[in-house]
Amino acid sequence: MSNETLVMHNGAAALKPGYADHAADALRDLRQSGDAVDFQVEHHHDVASTIQLGFWIYLMSDCLLFSGLFATYAVLHGHTAGGPSGAQLFDLPNVLTETMFLLFSSFTCGLATLAMNANNRNATVGWLGVTFLLGAGFVTMEVREFAHLVAIGAGPSHSAFLSSFFTLVATHGLHVTCGLIFMVVMMVAVMRKGLTETNRARLNCLSLFWHFLDIIWVGVFSLVYLFGVAH
Amino acid sequence: MNVANETLAGHGPHGTHGSGHSPSQKQYIIGFVLAILLTAVPFALVMGHSDIGTGVLIAAFAVAQIVVHVVYFLHVNRSEEQRWNLTALLYTVLMVGIIMIGSLWIMHHLSSSMTPGAMHHAVWTGQH
Repeated sequence: MSNETLVMHNGAAALKPGYADHAADALRDLRQSGDAVDFQVEHHHDVASTIQLGFWIYLMSDCLLFSGLFATYAVLHGHTAGGPSGAQLFDLPNVLTETMFLLFSSFTCGLATLAMNANNRNATVGWLGVTFLLGAGFVTMEVREFAHLVAIGAGPSHSAFLSSFFTLVATHGLHVTCGLIFMVVMMVAVMRKGLTETNRARLNCLSLFWHFLDIIWVGVFSLVYLFGVAH
Repeated sequence: MNVANETLAGHGPHGTHGSGHSPSQKQYIIGFVLAILLTAVPFALVMGHSDIGTGVLIAAFAVAQIVVHVVYFLHVNRSEEQRWNLTALLYTVLMVGIIMIGSLWIMHHLSSSMTPGAMHHAVWTGQH
């Protein structure tokens, strides 16, 4: 605990040139308590937070990718080329069920993180398993919706509206599928090697990814489905 | 400077957490309940064919739910440790805003100054 305080204290002071004596104090403290273990703790702490920041920046760039797809959909949603509009195609009870699948999975993903922090390996794997099933339920429902749309002749090639709809929603669905694969890999890794430093850092990234996808879905169900049916 | 930092860090919903590594069960439960409510209300409005400014309400609920997810599930706060995460997030929000509003603005302007009828007319008179 005191190690963490020291490291943060020192890091904060180093960022501000005006606090030179502050930094000197912190450095002297660090040298006094500075055996190899301290530096190792500092090193692990740094690596874990750097990994997390790197993954966060990836998520932000993914967010920009989605904003392009959202903007495309927003511009093209009225261009139905004489074909069906969103109001005629969308099945809101179905979308509400999908949304609930993702929301519950976000919650169980949070419980997996809590289990990991409590060093409970079995509970971590268990909650990841529940999250996986809920996510798989979401993907299954989405695939069935797409298959239905294609079957009734409202496939992506029918109009600009449907092209942008399929691109946006399927890109999100592909991300969720990648998340499911990530989750299986992590369940196997935790079962084989336990909650090691590396696995913890990766589990933290997985949980960020999963919660992020739920946020994108909030945009999808609001802009695409609810706006589509309301107008 | 120091005072300002302390004030900023102290105002978050969980600003007392020294490190952002240990989210509590309470946070997830609060976030989950709020998210369910913020999902249920707009769905109920649209499925119940309510006419009271539904478009604005859907957008407001979506923004509120996104904020809830960011705070309670992604645990972004104003602590020292999260400074760069927050900076990257705010920058992304700005970029998303420019992309979304900019696209809609430009395309709307384009279609209102070049509606299919007007374009057809222009081509037609050009030929004769």
